[in-house]
Amino acid sequence: MLEIKNLHVKLEEEDKVILRGVDLKIGAGEVHAIMGPNGSGKSTLSYVLSGRDGYQVTQGSALLEGQELLEMEPEARAAAGLFLAFQYPVEIPGVGNMTFLRTAVNAQRKTRGEPELTAGEFLKVVREKAKTLQIDADMLKRPVNVGFSGGEKKRNEILQMAMLEPKMCILDETDSGLDVDAMKLVSEGVNALRGAGRSFLVITHYQRLLDHIKPDVVHIMAAGRIIKTGGPELALEVENNGYADLLAEAE
Amino acid sequence: MAVAQAKQDALAARIAGLSFDAAGWQGALRTEALARLTAMGLPAKRDEYWRYTNPATLVAPQPAVGTATTEEPALFTDLDCLKLVFVDGQFDAAQSDPLALEGVSLAVLSQAKADIHWAADLFGQLEARGQSPVQRPLATLNTAFAGEGVLIHVTGKPSKPISLIYRATSAGCDAILHHCVKMEAGSELTLLEQGTAGARVNLVTEVDIADGARFHHIRAQGRVENDSTLTHIFARIGQEAAFKSFTMTADGKLTRNEAVMELLGNDSSAHVAGAALGEGAVQQDDTVFITHAAERCESRQVFKKVLKNGAVGVFQGKILVKQGAQKTDGYQISQALLLDGDSQFLAKPELEIYADDVKCSHGSTSGAIDETALFYLRSRGVPLRAAQSLLVLAFLAEAIGEIEDEAIAEAISARLQVWLDWHEQ
Repeated sequence: MLEIKNLHVKLEEEDKVILRGVDLKIGAGEVHAIMGPNGSGKSTLSYVLSGRDGYQVTQGSALLEGQELLEMEPEARAAAGLFLAFQYPVEIPGVGNMTFLRTAVNAQRKTRGEPELTAGEFLKVVREKAKTLQIDADMLKRPVNVGFSGGEKKRNEILQMAMLEPKMCILDETDSGLDVDAMKLVSEGVNALRGAGRSFLVITHYQRLLDHIKPDVVHIMAAGRIIKTGGPELALEVENNGYADLLAEAE
Repeated sequence: MAVAQAKQDALAARIAGLSFDAAGWQGALRTEALARLTAMGLPAKRDEYWRYTNPATLVAPQPAVGTATTEEPALFTDLDCLKLVFVDGQFDAAQSDPLALEGVSLAVLSQAKADIHWAADLFGQLEARGQSPVQRPLATLNTAFAGEGVLIHVTGKPSKPISLIYRATSAGCDAILHHCVKMEAGSELTLLEQGTAGARVNLVTEVDIADGARFHHIRAQGRVENDSTLTHIFARIGQEAAFKSFTMTADGKLTRNEAVMELLGNDSSAHVAGAALGEGAVQQDDTVFITHAAERCESRQVFKKVLKNGAVGVFQGKILVKQGAQKTDGYQISQALLLDGDSQFLAKPELEIYADDVKCSHGSTSGAIDETALFYLRSRGVPLRAAQSLLVLAFLAEAIGEIEDEAIAEAISARLQVWLDWHEQ
């Protein structure tokens, strides 16, 4: 599904190298987790993959089903099937959540040459999916993320994911700012989307999220590189012992 | 003295080609206006009130010739309205609906030769009141020389809005229109305006709102490339009465909209809002003066401007709270979204307060499109241009939100979307 090869990235404005040769291969239907200390480059990886400004790729490639992502505009990456659930979802005053969702869904359909959903068709689908995430009509009407609690924002991210039905989902610290119940709800939302060949890259600091969203593969990232790859037990090791041993091992 | 002489010379040149009609019930009022005008002369760019907008094209003897007379598609076509059409500044009966609407009596200024009692008490009166503390000579010129307009006397709650539609067919048309609206106690009216009346437009609307009456005004200006448009709306607002005015402006070489409102009865409100889009050699000026002269009145000014490729937006808004106007609630916001580094927003918010128990807030900002929000939209698959126009409409939303009627607000939003597409950001 997603194949990252020897990815090197620096900040555009400064001479600061963030990623130093990331290699990662995620097969169709697989769930991979990336853990790592603060500043290891996890969020940067998600931003670079989704096409945010401010980064310069100096080397390497990232293929989504064989298509080079790094040369595409952010909207084209989305239409190709990539989705990033933001660590800090953005508030957009003046744009209704429903308008936003419908615009996004139809923009992607249009790009892929599929017919756009009518208002009625869209409404039916969105109501159904919102219900399972416990997103009420009021949240759909309000401006995007404006006045939403931390948990509501993250649920709204998952609703967007459910509506857009991407192939490759990146969850950037989706567990941050969530209480236990909210994390359960969000995880259930994610798990409901598993299957159908959909792949996930879950970025997190804590093993807790991985109790809910069970990964197939766990990677440890440090200083802009993946230093260790293993099964779910690797996350438990980090939870118990911290990163120190792993970092020392990698040295 | 030299300055005063220059203003007099400009006036003489400006009115040389205009015909003055001293006949009928308007005659004395026009004569009186001409005397006031002669005492003032015409405005010049050194006047403080014209500091940000050069009035040269407004005061020139003639409008620039050869101006385009293209037409915008009609707005509000799905709404049931009483349509009154003005072509090249003259009422066109053939294209208009009959002047009949329950709860309203209507007359056309050029045909209203017999004495209309209420109009004689209103025509030029609010304009004259609006000359202090700031002079507005071009409104006085309008009172003296306007040959056309509509006189609307509202005694009830008509079932549909009155829609004024302006068209310009001849190049160089210099349109001077003057409307009077008298709202009797407890009455209600929605007045719509759209189109461009001429190559140069000088439009005055006087609105007298009695106790408990409600007046709604929605105006769409632009995109016709006329020479200049100057409008004044003067309102006198009685007890528990409401005045609401919204203007959408798109392009236009020079547009200045002045709103002068007096809250004279307790518990009344005045809301004035504007959404403007300008690209290129465009100057869009909103100048507002709200006087609070009674207790517990509320006023709102909400102006949003989207500027691109060197367009200039101006906002001059003043709230004057007189002694004794306790519990006043005044709000004023003016904001510009600058789509590039060439555009300019000039704002002059003013508060002058002589009462001690009032709440007045004001704010003014200018900024670029929020890049984070833009990336968020694009990361969801919304193409760059669509994402930009979504954010532009979102920026204008607070101003559009001032329109009470949902169907009208939707029509305005749809037209703004068309204009945005047309500009292909």
